[in-house]
Amino acid sequence: MALELVKEKWSNAVSTLTIGAIKEEGGTRQKVVQCGGEESLPFLFSEGKIPHRPVIAMEILDTPPDDWPLTLTSALGSAIKNPVEWAIKCEKEFKADLLCLRLAGAHPDAQNKPVDHLVKVVIDVLKVTTIPLILVGCGEDKRDNEVLPRCSQAAKGEKILIGEVVQDNYKTLTASVLADGHSIIAQSPIDINIAKQLNILITDMSLPHERIAINPTVGALGYGLEYAYSIMERARLAALSGDKMLAMPFICFVGYEAWRAKEAKALVSEFPSWGAELDRGVTWEALTATAFLQSGANIMVMRHPKSAELVRNHIDELMRG
Amino acid sequence: MFIIGELINGMYKDIGKAIQTKDKGVIQQKALDQIKAGADALDVNCGPASKDPVNDIQWLITTIQEVTDKTIAIDSSRPAVVEAGLKVLKGKAIINSTTADEEKLEGLVPLALRYNAKLIGLTISKKGIPQNKDQRLELAAGIVAFAQEKGFPIEDLYLDPIVMPVNVAQSQMRDILESIHDFKIISDPAPQTVVGLSNVSQGTCQRSLVNRTFLIMAVGFGLDAAILDPLDKELVDSAITSDLVLNKHIYCDSYLDAYRKK
Repeated sequence: MALELVKEKWSNAVSTLTIGAIKEEGGTRQKVVQCGGEESLPFLFSEGKIPHRPVIAMEILDTPPDDWPLTLTSALGSAIKNPVEWAIKCEKEFKADLLCLRLAGAHPDAQNKPVDHLVKVVIDVLKVTTIPLILVGCGEDKRDNEVLPRCSQAAKGEKILIGEVVQDNYKTLTASVLADGHSIIAQSPIDINIAKQLNILITDMSLPHERIAINPTVGALGYGLEYAYSIMERARLAALSGDKMLAMPFICFVGYEAWRAKEAKALVSEFPSWGAELDRGVTWEALTATAFLQSGANIMVMRHPKSAELVRNHIDELMRG
Repeated sequence: MFIIGELINGMYKDIGKAIQTKDKGVIQQKALDQIKAGADALDVNCGPASKDPVNDIQWLITTIQEVTDKTIAIDSSRPAVVEAGLKVLKGKAIINSTTADEEKLEGLVPLALRYNAKLIGLTISKKGIPQNKDQRLELAAGIVAFAQEKGFPIEDLYLDPIVMPVNVAQSQMRDILESIHDFKIISDPAPQTVVGLSNVSQGTCQRSLVNRTFLIMAVGFGLDAAILDPLDKELVDSAITSDLVLNKHIYCDSYLDAYRKK
C-alpha cells in the first residue's frame, strides 16, 4: 500500500509585505519585492500556497566598516569606502534582491555623523539603484529617533522598510513610517511574547499588520541558532493557526550575526586545523542562512557575495519543490 | 474557545420588540457589541413569541449580514425555519440544532451538507434528557455514526452534552463535564464540543460566577465552543485565559485585547 503523507490544514496565512514602489505607485524602483503570504510551513508546497520566495538583501554601511574581517572586505573591494558605489555593486554585480543600508556612522560612539549627511546618503543610494531599500539605524534609540524620521520623510513614496523599533521605543518611528507610507521592522530579543506584544502596540497606532516585518533576532551557527530557530518555528505555527499578531514575515540579520562568530573570522594562522578563512566565513554565513530558511525566514540580510550566491542557488532548488 | 454570542434571541425584551417593529438598528448594534466583546459567531433565535418565524429569521439574518460576515448559528428546533435562514445566509452557518432522534437527523444532516453548514447535535432524544454519562455517550455516538454514514465531516459536528442548572441537577455536573472529554474520543477526527452555558446558572443568585466557573472547568475537559453572553467581560476574559493556560495561543501582555481583535 502506498504511504500517504499526513497533511496539515492551516487556517491563516503569513501577511504579505511589499517593499519598494515603482513609478506608477509614486516611487522610483524598477520592481517591488513581495515577501510572506505563505499558507504553510516553509517549502511544504503540498500543504498550502507559497506565493513568494525568500529574498536576499545585501547589507551596506554608510561608513567603511572597521571590524569586518579581510575575507569579507576583500570580496567587496574598494566599494566599501563609498555607500553609493557599494550599492551599485550589490545590485549590478551581486544580483541582490534588495539593499539593506545600515547607518552605522550615526552612532554617537562612532562618528556621530550629522543628520543632513545621513539623509543625503539615503537619497543618493536611492538615486543610483533600482531595487527596493531596507534602512536600519545605528541601534542607539535616541539617535535613531532623530535620524530615521528624517530619512523616512526624504524617502517618502519609495515604500522602504525601516527599522528598528523595540518594545520601549516604537512610537516615534512608527508615526513616521505611518505618515510616509513605509513599513517597519519590529525587533524582539529572541522572545515570542515580546514579538507579539510589540506587533499589537504598533498596530494599535494604526499601522496595518501588512506593513510590519518581525526581526526575531537570530544567532549564528554555534551561537544560539537553534534557540532562534525554535522561537521562529513556534511563532510561525501560531501564525498559521490563526494568530494574526505573529503572522508577519521574518527578517533575519544573518550576515551581522555570522561574521561576528569567531569561527567565521579567525585567521588560519591562529587555528591551522580550522581551514582557510574564506571558505570558513562564507560557509558560516551560508549555513546560518539556510537553517533559518527552514524556520520561516523571508528576508535574509547578508554580507558576503559568495554566501549570498550559495543561498540564492539553494533557494532556487528548494522552490522547485 | 469558539464563542457564540447568545443575545440575539426574541426571548429578550429588546430583541423581541425589535423583531416586532422591524427595528434594524437594535439588532445590528447587538451584533456588533457581541463581536467587539469577543464573539466568533452569533446565535440567532426568533423567540417563542414570533408569529412568523420563517420570515422573522430571514429578516434577522439579512439585517445582521448588513454589518458583519461573522458565522451565524440559526437557532430553531423547526427544520423549516432553519432552511429559511440558510437560504438567505451568505456567510458561514451553524445549524442549532438537531437532537439524536433519527427523524431529526434525517432532515438536518442532509440540509447541513447541502448548505455547507456546521451542525450542533444535542445529546437528547424523545425519551428526554439523559440522566448519566453513559446515556449521553450513547446518544453522541449515535449522532456521530449517522453523520459519518451520510458523509458529513465530523470536525464540523458540535456535540452538546446538555448542561443542566446546577441547582436542579447538582449530582450530574461531573458526568456532564466528563462527557465533554468522552465525546472527543468517539472518532478520529474528533467531533467538536459545545455547551449552552447560561443554563447552568438558571435560577441561581450568582449567575455570572456559576457560568464562569463551569466554563473554565469545561475548557479543562476539552470544550471547544460555548453559546454564552459575550458582554459578560469577566466570563470572556476567563475563557481566553483558559485557552492561554492550555497553550492554545501565545502569551503577550495584551493577550486579552489581541484575542478580541483577531
